[in-house]
Amino acid sequence: MAILEVKELHVHYGVIHALKGISFSVQQGEIVTLIGANGAGKTTTLRTISGLNQKTSGSIVFRGQDISRLAPHKIVAQGVGQVPEGRRVFPQLTVEDNLGLGAYLRKNKKEIQRDLNRVFELFPRLKERRRQTAGSLSGGEQQMLAMGRGLMSRPAVLLLDEPSMGLAPMLVREIFSIIQEINEGGTTILLVEQNAHLSLEISSRAYVLETGTVALDGSSKELLQDPRIRQAYLGA
Amino acid sequence: MVWYTILIQQIINGLALGSVYALIALGYTMVYGIIKLINFAHGEIYMLGAYFGFFALTIFNLPLIPAMLISMLLAAIIGMGIERIAYRPLRNAPRIAALITAIGASLLIQSVAQLTFGASFRPFPQVIPFQRIQVGPIFLTNRQLIMFGVAILLMVLLHLIVHYTKIGKAMRAVSMDKEAALLMGIDVDKVISFTFAVGSALAAAGGILVGMYYNRIDPYMGIMPGLKAFVAAVLGGIGVIPGAVLGGFLMGTAENLVVAFGSSTYRDAVAFAVLILVLLLRPSGLLGKRQNEKV
Ligand SMILES: Nc1ncnc2c1ncn2[C@@H]1O[C@H](COP(=O)(O)OP(=O)(O)OP(=O)(O)O)[C@@H](O)[C@H]1O
Ligand SMILES: [Mg+2]
Repeated sequence: MAILEVKELHVHYGVIHALKGISFSVQQGEIVTLIGANGAGKTTTLRTISGLNQKTSGSIVFRGQDISRLAPHKIVAQGVGQVPEGRRVFPQLTVEDNLGLGAYLRKNKKEIQRDLNRVFELFPRLKERRRQTAGSLSGGEQQMLAMGRGLMSRPAVLLLDEPSMGLAPMLVREIFSIIQEINEGGTTILLVEQNAHLSLEISSRAYVLETGTVALDGSSKELLQDPRIRQAYLGA
Repeated sequence: MVWYTILIQQIINGLALGSVYALIALGYTMVYGIIKLINFAHGEIYMLGAYFGFFALTIFNLPLIPAMLISMLLAAIIGMGIERIAYRPLRNAPRIAALITAIGASLLIQSVAQLTFGASFRPFPQVIPFQRIQVGPIFLTNRQLIMFGVAILLMVLLHLIVHYTKIGKAMRAVSMDKEAALLMGIDVDKVISFTFAVGSALAAAGGILVGMYYNRIDPYMGIMPGLKAFVAAVLGGIGVIPGAVLGGFLMGTAENLVVAFGSSTYRDAVAFAVLILVLLLRPSGLLGKRQNEKV
């Protein structure tokens, strides 16, 4: 059974019909990628799963329960975390406080500390800068912080919205390998990316969004070879 | 008296009064910081706090500190109630709607207070016998010291809450980015409620301190201090907590100096003059927000 299943999801912004009945599923332990051009509806999909946008119709089932009417903070409590587009770290708070807020719903101090150490292992640069304010970090460091913060809630499923946006190629590779590492640690991942090549390489399956509908889906291996994908998203 | 003794004397008086402006300004600034609303009913919470303190001291014969704590608690509940009933339904409405509602809430509380407490002023009980303290040519009163001391104590407490507790960090997170806070699992509604509670409790304490200082309270006592504290918050940089403290002290001092070296007719005009100057010269206030977000 899928850990996350989106069915016939419709979302509107006023009169704009942003999602026109998309359906997809994510299995436990997978990395699934959503690719698509600007404005295809990727961010809208993730925001609606997290409860930041309201659906018009359809369902979002997480671990057998429809979460599409829950408040955003309750959805986090259920085990769905998100690293939003544009990082959205708390600029005037320290790196440490940002990470601490990621664990806002958790009580066990020991386990929180253990996860903090794990985040510092994944992102050693954050450890060096733990007392700096998040606003003073570079863009790449802020992305690391946003991801670390997302992990601190111990999500069963982590939604990542364009984690490589605006990063230098070296750092992009590093981020993608860390995503794999997070996944190997047991976290299921739904990844939204412009970088179709790398995201297809690390994911098992992918869905291609075009103006609010799923245009194509399949295993990432197949999609990497698909001429339509190669032409539209891989620049080949 | 020579002019510099007057100057020092008035600065001291100004700091004492300013500490209460600071207490009230904190409520304006915290609420603005978190929901971008000027809570014009805040001065009325201060007035209600003074009355709650008055009744606790007279009818229930409580000592000052328990009376103050009870008044702060009641004010906190009323502050949360106003947010829940008047502001929360308008959170996604245009800002002007919430602003008009705030003015309405302010007038409503004034009228209800006038109906229930009577329009005339009441003498505030003299729980602490008046004492004058002389330091060289400067005079202090024990009430000034208490006012200043309690205000500073509460500000330190607030600082500790905002910076070192979980709910305080959540407050700051919500004021920086509401959606990101939701993604942390923070119940934003609860945090906003808490912000109103804390701001209202501080205002109530201010109401009692001023009631003691001037010996009198009335249903309209919240209007001018509320306005001055609002200006203090704008002067310091609305939404910035240390700004409210700085603005409060500056306003109190400016007011006393103008009265001492100018005329007491200008006592209340100072606030408007400062407001106009700030809006013209530095709309973001003295400690106004730096933009250091990287996108
Ligand atoms: N707040 C909003 N108000 C109105 N329309 C919006 C809003 N947010 C998104 N849209 C519209 O919804 C559609 C989908 O946008 P969305 O942000 O989900 O796209 P995306 O696939 O994430 O794009 P990108 O790759 O540029 O991030 C677009 O047509 C966009 O203009
Ligand atoms: Mg997007």
